[in-house]
Amino acid sequence: MSKKILIVDDEPNIVISLEFLMKKEGFAVAVACDGEEALAKVASFAPDLILLDVMMPKKSGFEVCETLRSDPANAGMLIVMLTAKGRDTEVAKGLALGADAYVTKPFSTKDLVARVKTMLGIV
Amino acid sequence: MLSGWFIALLATAYLGLLFAVARFGDARADAGKSIISANVYALSLAVYCTSWTFYGSVGRATSGGLSFLTIYIGPTLMLLCVGVIIKMIRISKAQRITSIADFIASRYGKSQLLAGMVTVIAVIGVVPYIALQLKAMAASVDVLLEHSGGSFQVLGLDSTFLIAVVLALFSILFGTRHLDATERHEGMVAAVAFESVVKIVAFMAVGIFVTYGMFGGLGDLFQRAAASADLGRLLQLDSSRAGTWTALIILSGLAIIFLPRQFQIIVVENVDESHLKRAVWLFPLYLLLINIFVLPLALGGLLHFDGQGINPDTFVLTLPLARGAEVLALLAFIGGLSAATGMVIVETIALSTMVCNDLVMPILLRSTGNFVEKRNDLSGLLIGIRRAAIALILLLGYIYFRAAGEAYALVGIGLISFAAVAQFAPAMFGGMYWKQGTRAGAVAGLLAGFLVWLYTLLLPSFAKSGWMTSGFVENGLFGIGWLKAQALFGLAGLDEISHCLWWSMLANIGAYVAVSLNTKPDAVEASQAERFVDVFRFDSRNTEARLWRGKASPDALVQLLERFLGAARARQQLAAYAGSRGAEHWGNLPADADFVQFAESELAGAIGSASARVMVASVAQEEDLGLEEVLDILDEATQVRAHSRELEAKQRELEAATTELRDANDRLRELDRMKDDFISTVTHELRTPLTSIRALSEMLHEDPRIDLADRTRFLGIIVNEAERLTRLINQILDMAKLESGRAEWTTSEVDMGEVVRESMASLEQLFREKDVALEGDIPSGLPFVLADRDRLTQVMINLLSNAVKFVPGGTGRVQVRVAGSAGLVRIEVRDNGPGLTPEECVVIFEKFRQGGNTMTDKPQGTGLGLPISRQIVEYFGGNLWVESEPGAGANFIFTVPLPAPDDNSGRQVA
Repeated sequence: MSKKILIVDDEPNIVISLEFLMKKEGFAVAVACDGEEALAKVASFAPDLILLDVMMPKKSGFEVCETLRSDPANAGMLIVMLTAKGRDTEVAKGLALGADAYVTKPFSTKDLVARVKTMLGIV
Repeated sequence: MLSGWFIALLATAYLGLLFAVARFGDARADAGKSIISANVYALSLAVYCTSWTFYGSVGRATSGGLSFLTIYIGPTLMLLCVGVIIKMIRISKAQRITSIADFIASRYGKSQLLAGMVTVIAVIGVVPYIALQLKAMAASVDVLLEHSGGSFQVLGLDSTFLIAVVLALFSILFGTRHLDATERHEGMVAAVAFESVVKIVAFMAVGIFVTYGMFGGLGDLFQRAAASADLGRLLQLDSSRAGTWTALIILSGLAIIFLPRQFQIIVVENVDESHLKRAVWLFPLYLLLINIFVLPLALGGLLHFDGQGINPDTFVLTLPLARGAEVLALLAFIGGLSAATGMVIVETIALSTMVCNDLVMPILLRSTGNFVEKRNDLSGLLIGIRRAAIALILLLGYIYFRAAGEAYALVGIGLISFAAVAQFAPAMFGGMYWKQGTRAGAVAGLLAGFLVWLYTLLLPSFAKSGWMTSGFVENGLFGIGWLKAQALFGLAGLDEISHCLWWSMLANIGAYVAVSLNTKPDAVEASQAERFVDVFRFDSRNTEARLWRGKASPDALVQLLERFLGAARARQQLAAYAGSRGAEHWGNLPADADFVQFAESELAGAIGSASARVMVASVAQEEDLGLEEVLDILDEATQVRAHSRELEAKQRELEAATTELRDANDRLRELDRMKDDFISTVTHELRTPLTSIRALSEMLHEDPRIDLADRTRFLGIIVNEAERLTRLINQILDMAKLESGRAEWTTSEVDMGEVVRESMASLEQLFREKDVALEGDIPSGLPFVLADRDRLTQVMINLLSNAVKFVPGGTGRVQVRVAGSAGLVRIEVRDNGPGLTPEECVVIFEKFRQGGNTMTDKPQGTGLGLPISRQIVEYFGGNLWVESEPGAGANFIFTVPLPAPDDNSGRQVA
């Protein structure tokens, strides 16, 4: 059974490209365009990994991450933060909140795919 | 019951009680537990209320109605000048002033001449006042004796003389226990305060008895009085006597500080400057209370004794007696006794100090130059002189009473004294506030004022009592009309007091100012002027010492102190002084300027500043400092003060600069943080489109087999995002240019209507594509504005493209209106989109803050359009804002002001 990935971003074009990219690699993909929708999708879709944008309306990626990590049921869920803000403090904050990886936009598609696969144990 | 002996016994017992109070006060003071509180101080000021107040006010009210009040309004007003009195107290403490004569003499170069003059004026001026007390007491005794039909004589002497003798003894006991006149007589002050309580209680008791016991209360009294034509007049203010009122208020206001006893109590006996603050309201309250029943008593007396010829000055006694209330009459008698004794004791003590220090001592020192060598301890002699002076002053009072007393009512005599001491005012106030006032000026002023007083007031009072011919009053001196004593230079129509006050003050102030301006002060005067006028700023220790230069033998100085203060007290003061300079024994101290200064000030406390200066000069070889030198030293002191003020000012400036720097630093830090945030936001905005471009192009690059539909779609996105990126970079640069002020502006006459029409035309295609209606209401012939045409077009296009972005396709509608109104052109762009919340109405004008919250609404803007537009509009002096509510569409409005009228007209001509 293929691994499930949830893509969360408020930029429609980024969602389009990530969705296409991940589907092509054979993952089951769901998308959400803001923090609240992301939490709802986590409950219904139960992804193995989340690609989570930080700067979003309604609920930021940091808040989503924090909420998810506060629920032990999501302990095994992998979270990759995606952000266009590359400041060190933000990287540190994301990791401190329980993110498993932190990727700065714009990213190399090849690297991102390799990284996701490594994290999911698919080599 | 009221036999002569009984009255004598009662009076003696009362005086004994007073003496006990005084001893108690002295004992407490010696034990270091002063009983002089603010209340005691304020009450002791009521020594102002003499038997003149006690008996005479009623008498005056029977003839002058409410005018008796002036004597109490003046002091109340004077006390409000707390600053003046505090300055007086401060100077007196610093200079060890013993009396008002000492004060004036000390200010004008420690002049023996001035001290003597003031003393003579004070004695001559105040003797009638003392006579008045004797007269009042004699009259009160007579009333009581007449009532009981008795008489009282010892060794054939009349009662008034006996009263004078008793008062003299009593004053001697009270006032000359100590030598140092600056050492306070706390026992005396306590006794005076006690008397003040007794007299107000007695007076109010009589007032209440008459008002409510003999008549039916205040209302009844005033009604009955109003019913009578004669009495009704007393209840009204007589405006034709306003001049008299003014004169009386001024006189009594000056008297409250310049009468020797008042100066003694207010200034010399003051323990603590803060006590004055209590006195400022407590003393006027006292005056108010003691005056409440004056008019009722006057009216009551007139109604009760209608036509019986009873002297109104005795109503306080005769009214209770008429009803047989003998105990109350005795209480009233004690009250009157209190009022009189209080005045006589303090007055004679103050005057005796002046007579001793300022008249007798200088004469002794001059006439027998070697008398200092002959007598070893002079303190006993000093006390003897003071005691003799007290006796003499009372004797003079008695003589005046016998000679002139009958001719005047009580109030009249008192006012003669008031007018005399008022002559001190120019020299006093001038001395405290005007450095140019000189000794010659003070002498001239005092002399002129005194002579006028003598001629217009005192001598006429003698003439009236038949002592001398009254020709100079009726026909003028040598028969010259304009020298009439009470209508000088034809100034008739004033009452004698106003007349005297007017001419004497004119002469006094005129002479003081004129002579002062035309004479130069000598060295001592100049330095004393500085010390008095600048008492609050004078750095005494430093400058005092420099103002004296010479050689002195310590032994001679110590000897001098021992002679005048007595050995024990001299040693005590010397030890205290040595302690203050950190020496174990005064023998180790050098006889330097400071030591000489100390000795002189100690002596001044005992014999007055003028005599002290002479004595010190006799044992110390003082080098004469020239006036120039003194002025240099004083000038230097002033400069040092100015310098330190400059330093303080510098320091304040530095502190202010530091605060400013800190603020600026904070602002910079804040700006730095804002810049950091801005860069972070810009980075985010640039990276976002770049992310899509990179991801999609990498995928297209790596996988050539992606089907055509996806390929086309992705390439479309890449193109759009690349455009967005370009737009973003352009706008960021534009924004940066606008904000840094480096933007280039081409200002010309712009027709706003044309700009709007062209902008609408250029976006027509976009509106048609989205099927949005675009309507314009643009009148032609709008006035030109002065602006950059391209920039305004940029604003217009920004607003229009925002509008089309947010309205729904098909039903969307955008209306544009242009209107010219008072001084500006107003452009509105109204849409029927989703509208904005009040918060959004504000934030959309901030950088990178776009409207629309959800992914579906995500606008394809940069978040810089509106901030840029606002910058442009504001650059031309206009405003850009939005009016909107959620669901009701948005109306973006901006204004551009028209050029100022002159520019406009000039341009039209051109």
